[in-house]
Amino acid sequence: MSLASEFTKGLWNRHPIFRLLLGMCPALAVSTKAVNGIGMGACVIFVLVGSNVVISLFRKVIPNQVRIPVFIVVIATFVTVVDLLLHGLAPEIHKALGIFIPLIVVNCIILGRAEAFAQKNDLLMAISDGLGMGVGFTWGLVVLGSIREIFGLGTWFGMKVIPEGLPTVIVMILPAGGFITLGFLLAAMNRIEHCRTEQS
Amino acid sequence: MLTYIILIINSMLVANMVFHYILGICPYLGVSRKIDTSLGMGMAVIFVMTFSSLVAYLIQILVLDPLGLGYLQTISFILVIASLVQLVEMVLKKYSPPLYMALGIYLPLITTNCAVLGVAILNIRKGHNILEVIFYSVGASVGFALALVIFAGIRERLALGKVPKSFRGFPIALVTAGILSLAFLGFAGLAQ
Repeated sequence: MSLASEFTKGLWNRHPIFRLLLGMCPALAVSTKAVNGIGMGACVIFVLVGSNVVISLFRKVIPNQVRIPVFIVVIATFVTVVDLLLHGLAPEIHKALGIFIPLIVVNCIILGRAEAFAQKNDLLMAISDGLGMGVGFTWGLVVLGSIREIFGLGTWFGMKVIPEGLPTVIVMILPAGGFITLGFLLAAMNRIEHCRTEQS
Repeated sequence: MLTYIILIINSMLVANMVFHYILGICPYLGVSRKIDTSLGMGMAVIFVMTFSSLVAYLIQILVLDPLGLGYLQTISFILVIASLVQLVEMVLKKYSPPLYMALGIYLPLITTNCAVLGVAILNIRKGHNILEVIFYSVGASVGFALALVIFAGIRERLALGKVPKSFRGFPIALVTAGILSLAFLGFAGLAQ
């Protein structure tokens, strides 16, 4: 597996939200606006790459029986760092993401990649994997957030896109809208995969 | 007394962990294929969530706040939860092996259930006192279990129905969860 393929697998084939079905909680809760997707995505990239690096560097030293608690402490440390950084440098995003910043520590993507990949691969592969998964997660969040924001508020990244007269579907920015949008997106991706496998 | 009842109604129905806060989705989607596994998972979550919220609250009040270590909240809370789950696993293995076998992999998965960590943090953010922590956490976990069992009941029937090919499995489950979330909106304004 080359460095580039480890990166690109997180962008489509092994997309964390749409293919691996991980990290749904933040994906559904935070994606009320497209800009939140970028904020959360940046945090997750930071924590994912950071924890992948540390776990990959120490993989020969961590005893097998205590590996999960060790992973969790490493991840929690990076989450605390990003929480404090965001609180100081970008307070509006910190407020918008709210409780989901500390909840990054139980984001199944990060623990999942640590367990499945970082503890078995060297540093550069681990970084590549973390970046790929993180960027994939980010674009997934931005797509989800864009759909919900455009239909729910009529704006995209804060700019008005739906003309004044047309109604907006407020349910889209409610939790229900998140569930339904993600369900339809998953179905759409399944359909794309079915068509691709039928063609080949 | 009434405040506590209102607190429970709030955390169980009005601001349900799954349908309002969107917490605990991974186990919610993963475990809810059958009603009996959902019941088992729900029971385990009620126990772990209540006790971990209590211990987390005590740690916040007795250790983190007095020593000014607020930034250690995330690390200490998740360690509390992981230890508690480990303890529950050991106790169940020794004193109730059938229940331990029935829960299987779901028990260690409660550690990564964002609802458990979420409720522990929410208790602190809402400034609850110790009694309110207990009532809120019981209500929240029962609400989670309720959401889980209702969903499992629907999914058992969905598995027998004619679902379009692209929607089979998780997509239709998510749409169902969305409709359930809309239904739970009916509780809004029930308790302040």
